Amino acid sequence: MHRRTKEALIKQVFLATAVTSLAILALIMIFLFMEGLPTFHFVSIKGFLGGLDWYPTDEARPDYGILPLIAASGAVTTLSSLLAIPLGVMSAVYLAEIANPKVRAIAKPVVEMLASLPSVVIGFFGMVVLAPFLQDHFDIPVGLNLFNASLMLAFMSVPTIASVSEDAIYAVPRELKEASLALGATHLETLLRVTIPAALSGIGTAVILGMSRAIGETMVVLMVAGGAAVLPDSLFGPVRPMPASIAAEMAEAPFRSNHYHALFAIAMVLFVVTLGFNVLADYISHKHRQVGSASL
Amino acid sequence: MKRLSSVLAGLLVLGMAATSFAGEIAVKGSTTVQPIMQKAVEAFMAQHKGVSISISASGSGDGAKALIDGTTPLAMMSREMKPTEIQQANAKGIHPKQIVIAYDCITPIVNSSNPVKNLSMAQLKDIFTGKITDWKDVGGAAGPISVVSRDSSSGTFEYWGEHVLKKERVYARAQMQASNGAVAQVVSKQKGSIGYVGLAYAKAPGLKDLTVEGVAGSIATTLNGTYPVSRGLYLYTNGEPTGDVAKLVNYILSPAGQKIVASVDYIPLKSLKSAGKKGKK
Repeated sequence: MHRRTKEALIKQVFLATAVTSLAILALIMIFLFMEGLPTFHFVSIKGFLGGLDWYPTDEARPDYGILPLIAASGAVTTLSSLLAIPLGVMSAVYLAEIANPKVRAIAKPVVEMLASLPSVVIGFFGMVVLAPFLQDHFDIPVGLNLFNASLMLAFMSVPTIASVSEDAIYAVPRELKEASLALGATHLETLLRVTIPAALSGIGTAVILGMSRAIGETMVVLMVAGGAAVLPDSLFGPVRPMPASIAAEMAEAPFRSNHYHALFAIAMVLFVVTLGFNVLADYISHKHRQVGSASL
Repeated sequence: MKRLSSVLAGLLVLGMAATSFAGEIAVKGSTTVQPIMQKAVEAFMAQHKGVSISISASGSGDGAKALIDGTTPLAMMSREMKPTEIQQANAKGIHPKQIVIAYDCITPIVNSSNPVKNLSMAQLKDIFTGKITDWKDVGGAAGPISVVSRDSSSGTFEYWGEHVLKKERVYARAQMQASNGAVAQVVSKQKGSIGYVGLAYAKAPGLKDLTVEGVAGSIATTLNGTYPVSRGLYLYTNGEPTGDVAKLVNYILSPAGQKIVASVDYIPLKSLKSAGKKGKK
């Protein structure tokens, strides 16, 4: 085969693979919206997003209000981020700047390995270990609750946040740090005033990726969030985030029934939210990109 | 290349012939009935070589749907078909025939540390709809009741909703769990909680099953009809079952099949003949 034809062929192959994944994504989206949009024939957008009652299987007068589910997802994600961001970012700083190479060589793979724990294992841990512990030590009636789910989700997002931020911090050019140290700044000052600001866009991306992992996580919230479709009013009350509702109900919702369409509409909401998170992450990483060492 | 394609074509023809020779039955429906069907089918297929049966269990509603769509000749259901479903079926020229194969008894359970022993149907209803929220109102030690329920799509929930809640809505603060096992797990760990499960799950450690209206849920009380929260498990066929489907149904209703029912902790029909037939149609 001629070299040029070969070159062209390879180019086509790569183009085809790229287009395939795009096409699959597009098809999934089209399917999602095709199955989800009929929901708005029987419930208004306002009634769906703002309704307080989720009783999709009530035969006489079903209610399709998902505000409690959205609020639950929001609460669980926020609380888990409050726990995971400091932990993740600080471990990243430690690993990239403070730990000596030997510790780093062991600690970094271990942190990353946490990410590969199957979510069902984390959920099981929350159900049989943490839930009884919370009940016994804090004297609360329900162990499967908002706090438990947030803590388990934090476990899951720490590795993502730590690993991506660590890469960002590690990638800060040496000259910056050396210049700072040469001007007489201490290690801590350099870290806080130079290294971390320079890596901020990477850290921002890491945080948002971690959050989008938490909001889309299904198994953990299905197992430990408690599953009550009410607005979260206490740290220790049961909640029902969106992915848990879809996973629990989809199998038994009659095909193309109102309930089925409503579940797809929840999936649409979830899709839009995670898409938003990813676009935001992309925007942050582009806007605050470190261009060369001179631009700080 | 040519040889390869002719071999492939040959294989394809063979494959098609094989599937059309073997009696291929796809059974669909309730996850509650599935354990019975699974064991029955294994035993049945060992006796009848050449019959191939697949089971997919995703819920009673799916079973009804599959029968209506004509994608299964045999639907498993843990509730009776609804009038709307029968109408849909009739509109497609399908006439669902109900076959009762077993009974299931649903018992309210509480944590073993709970002193309450008995609840009336009215108390159960008020607890599960959120009107009673403290154990002291039903004769227990003061403390909040946490209600644990099955997910709103399960056949067990539907049955509970119809017979105990009388179609009222379950308390919004109820913790919805995805399986009998999960309900048992949660109730055994949470001191003030109450849930409901199939009889087979009620005896797990950490749990106590309550009597309802003074009657304990058991095989005997289900069969003589004194226990108020029991239900039938059903198969549905299109008209009278024929061929291999009829053989399978008869196998499940035979003494060997009913033994399987008992082995997976459901209640066999056997002694019911004397108590009068409960099944309709």
